[in-house]
Amino acid sequence: MRALFLAMLIAYSLGALAALAGGRSALGRRLVALGAVAGSGAGLALGAAVIATGVPFALSFPWLLPLGGGLALRLDSLGAFFLVVVGVGAIPAAVYGAGYSAAYEDGRASLPLLGVMFNLFLLTMSLVTLADNVLTFLLMWEGMSLTSYFLVITESEDEEVRDAGLWYLAMTHMGLVLLLGAFMLLTGGAVSGHFEDLRGRAVSLTPGTRDLVYLLALLGFGSKAGIVPLHVWLPRAHPAAPSHVSALLSGVMIKMGVYGLLRVVLDLLGGGPAWWGGLVLGVGVVSALLGVLYALMEHDLKRLLAFHSVENIGIILIGIGAGLMFHRYGLMSLAALGFIGGLYHVINHAAFKSLLFLGAGSVLYATGTRNMEEMGGLIKRMPWTAIFFLIGAVAISALPPLNGFVSEWLIFQSLLGGVQIPVPEVAAVMPVAVGLLALTSGLTAACFVKAFGITFLALPRSLKAAEAHESPWSMRLGMAGLGLGCIGLGVAAFAVVPVLGRVLAGLGGLPDTRAEFTLNVFLHTPSGLGQMSPTLMALGLVLLLGLLPSVLWLFRLQRRRRLSDPWGCGRVGQTARMEYTATAFAEPLKRVFADIYRPMKKLTVDFHPRSKYFVQSIEYRSEITPWFDQALYRPFLESATFVAKQMRRLQAGSLHLYLLYIAVVLIVLLVFARWF
Amino acid sequence: MVLTVEYALEVSQAVFGLALAPFLVGFVRWVKARLQNRRGAPPWQLYYELAKLFGKEVVVSREASWLFYFAPYVVFASTLAAAFLVPLLFAPLPFDGLGDLLAVVYLLMLGTFFLALAGLDPGTAFGGMGSSREMTVAAIAEPTIAVAIFSLAIGTGSTNLGRMVTLTLDNPATAISPGHLLAFAALFIVALAETGRLPVDNPATHLELTMIHEAMILEYSGRYLALIEWAAALKFMIFLSLLANLFLPWGVATDFSPVTISAAVVAFLLKVGCLGLLIAFTETHVAKLRLFRVPELLGVSFVLALLAVTSSLLLK
Amino acid sequence: MLLSKIIRTGLVTEPLDGDSAKFIELARESRAEIRRHLGRALAIREVDAGSCNGCEIEISGLVGPVYDCERFGIHFVASPRHADMLLVTGPVTRNMKVPLLKTYEATPAPKLVVAVGDCAKHCGVFKGSYAVAGSVADVIPVDVFVTGCPPEPAEILLGILAALGRLPR
Repeated sequence: MRALFLAMLIAYSLGALAALAGGRSALGRRLVALGAVAGSGAGLALGAAVIATGVPFALSFPWLLPLGGGLALRLDSLGAFFLVVVGVGAIPAAVYGAGYSAAYEDGRASLPLLGVMFNLFLLTMSLVTLADNVLTFLLMWEGMSLTSYFLVITESEDEEVRDAGLWYLAMTHMGLVLLLGAFMLLTGGAVSGHFEDLRGRAVSLTPGTRDLVYLLALLGFGSKAGIVPLHVWLPRAHPAAPSHVSALLSGVMIKMGVYGLLRVVLDLLGGGPAWWGGLVLGVGVVSALLGVLYALMEHDLKRLLAFHSVENIGIILIGIGAGLMFHRYGLMSLAALGFIGGLYHVINHAAFKSLLFLGAGSVLYATGTRNMEEMGGLIKRMPWTAIFFLIGAVAISALPPLNGFVSEWLIFQSLLGGVQIPVPEVAAVMPVAVGLLALTSGLTAACFVKAFGITFLALPRSLKAAEAHESPWSMRLGMAGLGLGCIGLGVAAFAVVPVLGRVLAGLGGLPDTRAEFTLNVFLHTPSGLGQMSPTLMALGLVLLLGLLPSVLWLFRLQRRRRLSDPWGCGRVGQTARMEYTATAFAEPLKRVFADIYRPMKKLTVDFHPRSKYFVQSIEYRSEITPWFDQALYRPFLESATFVAKQMRRLQAGSLHLYLLYIAVVLIVLLVFARWF
Repeated sequence: MVLTVEYALEVSQAVFGLALAPFLVGFVRWVKARLQNRRGAPPWQLYYELAKLFGKEVVVSREASWLFYFAPYVVFASTLAAAFLVPLLFAPLPFDGLGDLLAVVYLLMLGTFFLALAGLDPGTAFGGMGSSREMTVAAIAEPTIAVAIFSLAIGTGSTNLGRMVTLTLDNPATAISPGHLLAFAALFIVALAETGRLPVDNPATHLELTMIHEAMILEYSGRYLALIEWAAALKFMIFLSLLANLFLPWGVATDFSPVTISAAVVAFLLKVGCLGLLIAFTETHVAKLRLFRVPELLGVSFVLALLAVTSSLLLK
Repeated sequence: MLLSKIIRTGLVTEPLDGDSAKFIELARESRAEIRRHLGRALAIREVDAGSCNGCEIEISGLVGPVYDCERFGIHFVASPRHADMLLVTGPVTRNMKVPLLKTYEATPAPKLVVAVGDCAKHCGVFKGSYAVAGSVADVIPVDVFVTGCPPEPAEILLGILAALGRLPR
């Protein structure tokens, strides 16, 4: 295992060096990708080894940073799982990036910087899962944030991109401050922040302190994960980044927030009162619902996917919140079910969201636009991208037999087990969560019918779409790998669930639930409530799909087929302007949920100067601004700007005034030191 | 040996459902015709229509892609797969562990997803409109179904359909509990919405602006249209048999003797026939709702489902 | 209350008798294949190729309780792709010529065309108008003409059945 770890380090470093040395050439790009693939492959192998053997991997360098206890690395099952997730997301993204970054050769972005930061980002992210004391954790966390910042602003010529980078930097550092607070409370001022010591200390903390640590951790890790209302950086940063980076940000980095939450709340604190789980559940439900609602109204393909990331983090948190609640009431197998559902969704989301982002990147690469209203008919010009995007769309809509369905089914089953909670008021929360989870799942399906349908089907709506071309083989290879992953994770669920049970064993007192989940093709739930086999369902569907044309052929019902114009009520000619648009598709839902959206509508009618009865032009403008931006962030930003402006008065520019400041502060400090 | 008998029965049950589905739709149409004081077509009319459609030429839009050809098969296969999981005549059956009620709901959603995509494919405005409306109604009906499943699961103790039926047969008192009754009402409204019946959608309309389901399939002809129509009839059959057998499971055969099997067939026909009558009456009495009133109706059903769950939880 | 009204009214469908055959003109002999194929279930797409709507009103009586075309397995559909027969009314105006052709082309084979009304047969009162392109037979092949201005619903129904080769003896 040490060899794998060293291989990981070396591969990433070589990748970074290759970027510095010759990042601009095709060979350089391929070497960068190779470094990333080798590094994340080694990481994946390391994680798999730890999970398979159950033996954690530890390595420490106390001499490296002696002030904080040194660099301590330890990979236990939970960290190993997230390391595997990093590998699953990074390998296809790196392969894809080899071809995609060719678009930057014209100089509008710095390819060496991209290559270096890409490898460093993956390295720091992997090391976050390995961290075993506070110093290492926070260092790697900050490294991850900074490298991803540079990745986000790759196309820094665009003002929107720079703005997105600023939002991202601000929010991630706000999260860092909250995390610092949480860890400081946990360590209680002790120098060594070794997680082992923290675990021991946490038992003796007062309930008030534990609650505070929990809240700070939830907010800090939640802002990285993208919970509502701390998600505002997500829809800005993810579309701004290059597509393979967006895939990593959405598919892998936000899961680090989930990892941190699990690590602090379940592992270090060992679980807590029911309202902890309830809060996570509530936050999850709200994020899921609002995420999908705002995704529905987007017609920028990547922003739509970014909002869906918010939604899926919500679903993951629903599973984890349910798990925490069951944990409190001692229903351990149900708790394990909830956590397993959440973790399964983590890796599923990494698979299908990365796939979708890579697909969106292909579309962007081919057409030059992210706006869905300008696309159409791409299924004929980019058939492979279309198939892979369709697989991702079916997976994210939780349709059987792909992976999204399995994890959502598990989360549903865990919520259904809420009936066993002895406190009826708490148990009554579960049905509401079930209903809202079903609503988000239905809305996701609607949203992806729109996303896939408008982008790929029908006629091209602009010249850019009409001239689109298929992506190079490296991009297709990356997408193909993830597509196979989605199918595999769904069909082979019976293999994944026991592994997840093993990952969770021992955390916070959870028993090893390996024995509870049968290893044959069926998935049983420990509450005995439900049973399902995605493998057999997939088999059945494929069988039926193959049977039907054969039966039709047998009855000689395969008659001739004639091509004709689309039926338009006999209208002469069919143009792309007669198709449905993305805005039109989502309009009924906009009306249904108008109270949440509060769309701004503006109608301007230009009358003929001579008569009010003749209209020259009508302009209708409707915009939806997420009300977080207006209600929460704008007042905050305005007051912060106001305070900053007032403080500016202190900087009058006069040297004498500054000398006076120094003197005053010096006197005050001396008085303080003398008297206290 | 017993196992092979059970598998054979399982397959025959699904085939029975598939064969009976057009008759059920035809029966509802016939009752509606009689309620309109006219003769109407005989209940087996849909068989003639399907046979005719299978023999007709297929005319396809030039702009359509492979998805257009693929979607009818997916719709039919997913609906048939869902039919395998529903206990029409027997419970429990070996396929029962394959998928529970949630799986059935999502399998039907798979069909809807691909049908909606097929509506967008040819590039006509009607198809897009149908897809948009269909997905809206399907999405808003989802929470009701999930919460109703919750309430049934609390009452019976399982989400697998065969087990639900046998567990209800073991404690008959659950069938008349307020949770079950409210869940029935909620699921009835959802069944109207999902199968495209009045007051949500008029299956016999030929005004495109009032269509939801029909608008997506305007471009289909020949055997593809036949597959989609049959799948729609099968979906109707699935919903009615869920309503019948989950809430009134008496008559479902639990052992496999010829007596119980024939009794099961008779009981099933009776129950589903009564439900069909009920739907025909409902359709005759109400007018189609404006599209933006449909969420209100589905909201009512959601509230009913929530009440069902709360009463189940409180009365446990 | 609605139910009691329904029960009191009872069945009002009138039986169809076949002696209005003098209003029907068979343009093409109905093929046995058509009768076998479409005889029991017919889907009709009605096309108004410029009529005054008089024939339309009579056609709308067909789906009502009195004439009830559904008892013969006939129903109306929205899209020509779903249809087996086109029921065309009116003289074909210039603007409706291409749409009529497109509708015919969009209908899958085997298909029938029944032209309803005097206008459909020989342009009726609109003969020679500058807006008229010709009669229906000039644009698409017709199987049965049902003459009259407008023809009664019973006659239209008999014309449809004649096209199917299912005239009641």
